[in-house]
Amino acid sequence: MALGDEQIGVAPLDGRVAAGAVALAAVALVAGGALAGLVFQAGSDWSGAFAAFDLYLLRVARFTLFQAVLSTVLSVAPAVVVARAFSRHPKFPGRALMLRLFAVPLALPAIVAALGVLALYGRAGIFSGALAKLAGGDWSGVYGLSGILIAHVFFNLPLATRLFLQALDTVPDDQWRLAAQLGMGARPAFRFLEWPAMRASLPGIAGLVFMLCVTSFTIVLMLGGGPRATTLEVAIYQALRFDFDPARAVALTVMQIVLALVIFIAITRLGGNYTAMANLSVTRRRYAMDGKGEKSFDLLVIAVATLFVAGPMAAVVIAGLGADLGRLAADEAVRCACFTSLALAAPAAFLSAGLSLALVACRRALEYGRRQRRASWLEWASGSGASLILVLPPTVIGAGWFIILLRLGDVYAAAPAMVIAVNALMAIPFAVRVVQPAYDAASARNERLCGALGIAGWNRLRLIDGPVLSRPLGTAFAFAMALSLGDLGVIALFGSDRVQTLPYLLMQRMGSYRTEDAAGIALLLGALCLGLMMISDRLGRNAA
Amino acid sequence: MRGTISLLLAALFAPFSAGAAVAEGSLTIYTYESFTADWGPGPIVQKAFEAECSCNVRFVSVTDGVALLNRLKLEGQSTKADIVLGLDTNLTTDAKATGLFTPHGDLTNEVDVPGGWSDDIFVPYDYGYFAVVYDSEKLKDPPKSMAELVDGDPSEKIAIEDPRTSTPGLGLVLWIRKIYGDKATDAWAKLKGRVLTVTPGWSEAYGLLTKGEAPMVLSYTTSPAYHMIEEKTDRYKAASFAEGHYMQIEVAGMTKKGAENPLAGKFLDFMTGSKFQDAIPETNWMYPAGRTDKPLDPAFGQLVKPAKSLIYSSDEVAKNRKAWVDEWLSVMSR
Repeated sequence: MALGDEQIGVAPLDGRVAAGAVALAAVALVAGGALAGLVFQAGSDWSGAFAAFDLYLLRVARFTLFQAVLSTVLSVAPAVVVARAFSRHPKFPGRALMLRLFAVPLALPAIVAALGVLALYGRAGIFSGALAKLAGGDWSGVYGLSGILIAHVFFNLPLATRLFLQALDTVPDDQWRLAAQLGMGARPAFRFLEWPAMRASLPGIAGLVFMLCVTSFTIVLMLGGGPRATTLEVAIYQALRFDFDPARAVALTVMQIVLALVIFIAITRLGGNYTAMANLSVTRRRYAMDGKGEKSFDLLVIAVATLFVAGPMAAVVIAGLGADLGRLAADEAVRCACFTSLALAAPAAFLSAGLSLALVACRRALEYGRRQRRASWLEWASGSGASLILVLPPTVIGAGWFIILLRLGDVYAAAPAMVIAVNALMAIPFAVRVVQPAYDAASARNERLCGALGIAGWNRLRLIDGPVLSRPLGTAFAFAMALSLGDLGVIALFGSDRVQTLPYLLMQRMGSYRTEDAAGIALLLGALCLGLMMISDRLGRNAA
Repeated sequence: MRGTISLLLAALFAPFSAGAAVAEGSLTIYTYESFTADWGPGPIVQKAFEAECSCNVRFVSVTDGVALLNRLKLEGQSTKADIVLGLDTNLTTDAKATGLFTPHGDLTNEVDVPGGWSDDIFVPYDYGYFAVVYDSEKLKDPPKSMAELVDGDPSEKIAIEDPRTSTPGLGLVLWIRKIYGDKATDAWAKLKGRVLTVTPGWSEAYGLLTKGEAPMVLSYTTSPAYHMIEEKTDRYKAASFAEGHYMQIEVAGMTKKGAENPLAGKFLDFMTGSKFQDAIPETNWMYPAGRTDKPLDPAFGQLVKPAKSLIYSSDEVAKNRKAWVDEWLSVMSR
């Protein structure tokens, strides 16, 4: 049995594969169900679907992809440098707080983030005077491609940084010790230790950011300036919300999925197959080997990135402090929305972390067990395919399932369950990126041992993987929860006046002139998210 | 932990199952969110009508009038709505086409909207006018007509809403079409230079005005009343346009299901009465479409009074909306 990798096959009915298949089926059910609902509603009138494809749409599709690719490059490339800088300096005052701050943009509704960005770089922004001097005259704001890119980088740079950092954490300390003993400088250390770890998760992270930017809606419309900068998501939204043309919505959605899929596969194929390091860690210390110049460069990178991310957030905080926070805290609706948000986000995050673990384990089991070089479709699907759920617009999911549930029973009774389920699935791509590097590294170390000892299933999770995975799982949970807290898309369709979450309340107050209240709620939302990150960090540390 | 979660869920689901049951003597009203919000007319109206009918009023609310119509199209004959409140005249032709509505019968109260009202199905409850609202601290010389807005200084920007995703956005398209007719394309081409950005909805655009990012925004003539009454400031004003202002009339109708519920007809009558109408100005920030008992707040006296009310019939909008929005799109995407 222990003759070599090629002979240690995985039994076709490995529990991990089954669990992964179930998780995939859940994703497929939500996505397929939504489309089926709309197809059913469209009935036999498919004229709208064909009318959808015109020259204008071609331009829209082109711009959608163009801004998404550009946003991805601008978010992910600097994130590699920032994550590396953070990882090389594991202890400096404020580091932990900075990293927790990096999770906050996820929970901010797009309109809040956009207003935060404008508060700095807009026509009336803090920097408008300086920017006007730079531009040599009048500062016309950041409307257009530049605004879209700034906002997208604000959202995605911190996300990518945290994910890369998670990947860097899987480099065993012994390798660092060895590198220090060999007197490796910063450059070779990057080449042999840091880059391989990051490279392994680069395609996944880039793919994730890309899809978030493809479906960006409020940001693109608000900062893009007008229909010149518009996305497919707007066309889909219009088809459903304004024209109520399900056939057209389905056709456009399929187009969006296909386009995203093509680019997504291209991105994921970019990554070579880097196997995770299989050594068991003995030491716990990091051995720094930075020169002076190296160190100041790292600190500069961290400072710039933190200022970039913290700037718009500071604007959100300042605006929030201007609200009557005491009255808001006493407001029954706010407290109720707070409770509802947490009560929906917690099970969604729990579900999401669980499903992600199943997918990651399934992918790894298949990868480990396969004999041929090419991955099977199931391995691919459990590894990256589930991420595609992100390109399905929330409007489509909402409307599709609404139609189905209407025929099955009481839509309103099913609403909370629907919101939880969809939020859980939407967070899978984030959670998978956090859990996967850790799981693969652990598996590379323990797979043979487990095979030899016959440890599998629950026991393996409890004894072998659990202790190593508790920290990334905690992070995944917090990520998923932050994301669900900030969700507006699904709740907007299923939420009626009886399910009000914080973002929903925020939009409601904003929609009735109460911008101060809205700013206060945005602050609350950010604080909640930050608190969650602190709790998850603490939990992860204790468990590790 | 698991126990806590299921407890939380139970607490969350409970109001749903309870609300879903149709009790005897209850009236289900579909409407939009800002109507049922704590500070909206919903709570006041609910209390007043329940006291009168000794029945139960249940609101189901969605984002806005467009979402309301789509919810009805989705639900079809199985809709739970007795009354649908919150469509505007741009949507009523489509709404009638669903075949879900039934004539309102006789009303004891008179409705009063500029230009008069005659529709056997829908009953108006309030109206308002679209307007360019500006920040008087930023803009000393606001445009006095649509022509001045179109031809004015391109460095003084306006934030507008997208007609593909919002009702005020559609309102501006109709307004410009009403003034310029077939020359609307040229007007848009000129106005384009003044447009700072096109937002998905009213909230985003109005946020740009209050954050000082845009000196002008497309909103309502009644918007300044909110700032005057609730925030005691007259910083934000509506520009009065010589050509007149486009009007929006909000209506309610009774469904075929509601026709079997005697409370539905009673509600439509109540809606046009003073107890309902009194709540409208300072909660929905629109003009009442019926007689009120108490006079309007003096702030309303300071608002822009349009020289002319511009409006297309519901049928005209239904027939031309797509072409006119496409016309806007072709200019703006150039």
